[in-house]
Amino acid sequence: MKQFQYVITDPIGIHARPAGLLVKAAKALDSTVTVEKVGGKSTVATKLMAVMGLGVKGGDTVTVMVEGGNEEASLQVMEQFFKENL
Amino acid sequence: MEVATGKSILNGIAIGRLKLYRKEGAASSASAALTPQEEWKRFEAARIQAQEQLVALYEKALAEVGEDNAAIFEIHQMMLDDEDYLDAVKGILETQGAAAEYAVTATGENFSAAFAAMDDAYMQARAADVKDISQRVVNILTGKADTCLLGEEPVILVADDLTPSETVQLDKSKLLGFITRYGSANSHTAILARTMNIPALIGVEYDDSWDGRLAVLDGYNHCVYIDPAPDLLTSMEEKQKNDLKHEALLQTLKKKPNVTLDGREIKVYANIGNAGDIGLVLQNDAGGIGLFRSEFLYLESEDFPTEEAQFLVYKRVVETMAGKKVIIRTLDIGADKQAAYFQLDKEENPALGYRAIRICLTRKEIFKQQLRAILRAAAFGTVSIMFPMIISVREVRDAKELLEECKAELREQGVAYGQVEVGIMIETPAAVMIADELAEEVDFFSLGTNDLTQYTLAIDRQNPKLDHFYDPHHPAILRMIRQTVEAGHRHGCWVGICGELGADQTLTETFLRMGLDELSVSPSAVLPLRKRIRSLDLSKEQEA
Repeated sequence: MKQFQYVITDPIGIHARPAGLLVKAAKALDSTVTVEKVGGKSTVATKLMAVMGLGVKGGDTVTVMVEGGNEEASLQVMEQFFKENL
Repeated sequence: MEVATGKSILNGIAIGRLKLYRKEGAASSASAALTPQEEWKRFEAARIQAQEQLVALYEKALAEVGEDNAAIFEIHQMMLDDEDYLDAVKGILETQGAAAEYAVTATGENFSAAFAAMDDAYMQARAADVKDISQRVVNILTGKADTCLLGEEPVILVADDLTPSETVQLDKSKLLGFITRYGSANSHTAILARTMNIPALIGVEYDDSWDGRLAVLDGYNHCVYIDPAPDLLTSMEEKQKNDLKHEALLQTLKKKPNVTLDGREIKVYANIGNAGDIGLVLQNDAGGIGLFRSEFLYLESEDFPTEEAQFLVYKRVVETMAGKKVIIRTLDIGADKQAAYFQLDKEENPALGYRAIRICLTRKEIFKQQLRAILRAAAFGTVSIMFPMIISVREVRDAKELLEECKAELREQGVAYGQVEVGIMIETPAAVMIADELAEEVDFFSLGTNDLTQYTLAIDRQNPKLDHFYDPHHPAILRMIRQTVEAGHRHGCWVGICGELGADQTLTETFLRMGLDELSVSPSAVLPLRKRIRSLDLSKEQEA
């Protein structure tokens, strides 16, 4: 398993639109991606409503974990995704 | 004649018969006629059909109300693909032997309750979206096509509430207006109604006897007249005719750029005095809000409006403008604008007295409350902040310092906020004289020509005896405007006008030649001004 932490810069947090994009991006990978709000809940990144349900706001820190498949490549894709969208 | 009141979402008039819309309740029978596997197949078929409808709705919304407002239907599609949602439906089918209609309704209610319980206004509003997608699937399952909502004759629709998708799918040629009992002015439905230019009232108590009766929906006065008296009907028809004339002008000019024959473009924004004017801004196709007079929040209030109350109003305006610029002028109170709870002393010379930024910089807590509310609203769109009545660089620096303090506080508290562009009003001769220095501190200037004229000519605007001497075209004023534009541009500031002079068509050509970047005028003046701009040719010599 590989993981990274990220501080959300989008002021509204993981709202509907980026959550939708995240689900799409995570589904395209061969690894299982899990998102955890530090100090809060966690969910696999392929479930839209659960991702929105994390209630991640701007300034919150999330831990993103990838497991199985090509972990190195999946980690890079996710890191890139968070930087660009959140 | 019967009169009912509500809250108007759009200034406009609709005249026609009322039609009551009743939604079917949740599927009454919980037990299924088929096996769980067969019910699941029914659900899957309905879900696929719902997805197709949503794709079509997205396309329709994209064309009618733009990408930012259409995005909600893309989210709806994804929600209908959600694993947890599908699992929940499946679970109810299998464990309770329920019909698909019942399983979908129950799932929708459970998920929407979860969103409604979140401590975040944005996520709470998503509860309506989950209900909306569930309702869509149920409608397909029960064979209730949602397009037959309206009959042949155009009507004013009366309903308890309308979901965003219901609002967008309504056949606009059959819809004169709508009235709902519930719903908020912040809802997507309200935003869509404004964008689609449909007169609408929310928060109206109605009864079943209204069905089929003739009514006038008066969006200007927040009311609806049932069985209107003949003279009222005539005057309303007249008013509506004027609106239509204006609408015709709008149609020819809507979406057209504010560009001269020789290709010089200028931004035309609108001034608003309160959040209710936002419908007019959209109807008149303004490129943004060039002056949002925030003092109405204070003047309409019995006590200092809280940060939260202000935030909600700013947010509504910012969200409705969907990415277009909103320039909020900070509190400009004092002089002719008084609120008792400020307990301002009576002054000999109020126009030259304790007002606007002078109050804000000495009563910092009031000011910071407003700055925090604006910063928070900026997270939802494009916001600029503008300080009024500036006469010195010191004032600008002090105001900016308070703004930074507010940002730091919000960061510390983990409250989301957005970046704002900072500008000042140029409305004192002093500001014009030191415009070069001021320009180094800010991103833009907006000329408040009313006060600038009053202070430059030393003429009290409120004294009718002086009308004869009051000349808004005085060469001193025009030179000041030119000087301000030049100083601003030297330092990379854009420069606009948000005073009445901006709408003066005899000066439009002069302003374009001076190089002004923006004119912000009352909403109803936007299109006439656009027409004027599009008729000018700056490559030809200006007529005297």
